[in-house]
Amino acid sequence: MLQVISLQLENKPGALMRVTGLLSQRGYNIESLTVARTLDPEISRMTIAVDVDSTQRQQVIKQMNKLINVLQAIDLTETPSVVRELVLLRIRTTQESRTAVLKEAEIFGGRVVDSSTEGFAIEVTGAPEKLGEFIDVMGSYGEIDVTRSGALAIALESKRLRLQPPVLTKDGSKIEEPVI
Amino acid sequence: MSTLMSGAKMLLECLAREGVDCIFGYPGGVTLPLYDALYEHHIRHVLVRHEENAAFAAEGYARVTGKVGVCCATSGPGATNLTTGLVDAMMDSIPIVAITGQVSSKLIGTDAFQEADTFGITRPCTKHNYLVKKLDDLAQAIHEAFYVALSGRPGPVLVDITKDVFQAMGHYQPVTSIHLPGYKVFTEGHTGQIRRAAQMIQESERPLVYAGGGIIAAGAAPELREFVEITDSPAVNTLMGLGALPSEHPNFISLPGMHGSYAANMAMTNADLLIALGVRFDDRVTGRLAAFAPHAKVIHVDIDPAEIGKNRAPDVPIVGDVKRVLTKLNKLLSESPAHHATLSAARKAWWRQIREWKRDHPFDTPVSDTEIKPQHLMAEIDRISKGQAIVTSDVGQHQMWAAQLIRFNEPRLWVNSGGLGSMGFGLPAAIGAQFARPDKLVFCIAGDGGFQMSIPELGTIASNGLPIKIVVMNNGHLGMVRQWQTLFYNNRLSAVELDCFPDAHKLAGAYGFKGRTIDKPSELVSALEEAVREPGPYLLNVKVTQFESVYPMVPAGGAVNEMVLGPPEPVEVPAQ
Repeated sequence: MLQVISLQLENKPGALMRVTGLLSQRGYNIESLTVARTLDPEISRMTIAVDVDSTQRQQVIKQMNKLINVLQAIDLTETPSVVRELVLLRIRTTQESRTAVLKEAEIFGGRVVDSSTEGFAIEVTGAPEKLGEFIDVMGSYGEIDVTRSGALAIALESKRLRLQPPVLTKDGSKIEEPVI
Repeated sequence: MSTLMSGAKMLLECLAREGVDCIFGYPGGVTLPLYDALYEHHIRHVLVRHEENAAFAAEGYARVTGKVGVCCATSGPGATNLTTGLVDAMMDSIPIVAITGQVSSKLIGTDAFQEADTFGITRPCTKHNYLVKKLDDLAQAIHEAFYVALSGRPGPVLVDITKDVFQAMGHYQPVTSIHLPGYKVFTEGHTGQIRRAAQMIQESERPLVYAGGGIIAAGAAPELREFVEITDSPAVNTLMGLGALPSEHPNFISLPGMHGSYAANMAMTNADLLIALGVRFDDRVTGRLAAFAPHAKVIHVDIDPAEIGKNRAPDVPIVGDVKRVLTKLNKLLSESPAHHATLSAARKAWWRQIREWKRDHPFDTPVSDTEIKPQHLMAEIDRISKGQAIVTSDVGQHQMWAAQLIRFNEPRLWVNSGGLGSMGFGLPAAIGAQFARPDKLVFCIAGDGGFQMSIPELGTIASNGLPIKIVVMNNGHLGMVRQWQTLFYNNRLSAVELDCFPDAHKLAGAYGFKGRTIDKPSELVSALEEAVREPGPYLLNVKVTQFESVYPMVPAGGAVNEMVLGPPEPVEVPAQ
């Protein structure tokens, strides 16, 4: 089944590679992955959907949390959360089908972002399954081209980010003379 | 006032502050500035003959001392050659820091001469890795690397440093703190769970301690011994844990698993409580997981939360440093040692059963008048070592026989590549071990296959006068692969015969030390004694029975109590 993981990681070089590398190394299939900065420019948030056996779900989270650049990885699959995705869809329409296409788009809460004699470009957000239906419906009207953003998720209950405090080194216990 | 220094010097300053006294390495183009700085530095650099062996030697150093081993290689091929050693250290949780040179930061990404994406290549080979492109980041990265390598579950850390960083000039700023907000190390263990564990131990009729490399990494051997004695539990040590409990301890019942003892595997199968300490339920130990320890509840103590429940779901999980957890457990258990009568009767019966298994099925040590049996060789090495010598091993049949038959009465004496099973490990690991412990007798036991993978290191041994006793168990074959071909591939021996082996006397002589080949049982004792008496290195090539297999054996995918105890029928020797 699909497991949705929300992950906060330090914005360090190679941090993304560590996460994706770990997933492939342990044999987990990535369904989708999104990443962008948070309010703190030094921290990024990723939403990852992986196709994984339910017995392996905890193991995925534990392995993620072992990565030094990962501040916190949480499993959203069974906690209250909202999952959304954005679809951009281009459809070629005939004169006759234009109105019907617009009506269908409206049902899914879609917004036309470009219109030409050839057809439309439409944006829709929603739960990933809903968007699948939207794409199927549009496909029945004509030739389509689709880009999906991948799942974005947020937990509805806040989980405190537990961070490790700094550890003093041997040099940290001594007062150093100023460097000129 | 700190002085202005090059990045190369700053690196050495960092290493010196971390207490590094020797590094194993091989120079190259981009590390020229580093080697120039080493020229007048007190840190000893040991020039190996291949970068892979630099990593293995650093591991040998780390495995016998518990300190961080350091290796160093240049960019490109130097760095890629290190990777086997890095993965080896990863699999066995050995703390090493690898320093690699990288092409100048301006050249990165241009397919420059000897450029390789070391940072990318070694991501899955290390616990953590760094690419340093600015001098300002160097000291922090190095000190962090040592901290990460040694703390929590130990492992290898690589720091890739560009040539321009080695050359840049700056001031060393002492690093006063390490701040890794996402690096969580759990050491204490959950008090409630520890209490539950103690109660379970007291209520168990057939307890068994399953102790591994984690005991050695945590320095918890004294606590383990105390625990075993308070609870009077029988104990197995895994291949990585040999020496955690002294081999001569009355409660020790050898190693479990694929080539483990009959008693250990039967005890695993019949125990009602498995006390797993610093182990990871490796497939070579458990055999078919579904049939492993089927009657046992499991207490699992490990510092790595991801190991808990990975292969076997425990009844009592304890994430923590096994030394601290055992200290707390010992305290709880010695405060309330009461057993009621029925329980102690059950415990007595359990011990009786284990003694019976031990007595009826000890490891086989055949001796012949005409050929040297490999087991005979190990028994004689054991007689000399008396549980005190450092023994590094390569990978294969000899490794299993050595693990079965040589005693280790202290931790950090047995050095082998457990998880990765890297052939060619034994000889360079012995180099690291002997540098770390010049006071110790070091045996390197290798097969004729693995030895030939690391022959170039005879040069390192000779030029440093390391008195390593190299014992080649020579059966003219890649014995373990041959054993599997015999047992599972209809005895179709494919690419396992090593029909050429150098004359040991001449080979050692070419490097300026002594060597000898023997093939008669009557020569064995005197030859080993001669090797040990020799003040310098010694290469002893021991021709043993060609077609001997390691038993007991749990076939891959089998349950551990379904051991094959000996050859099914006399093994047919193919026509020469």
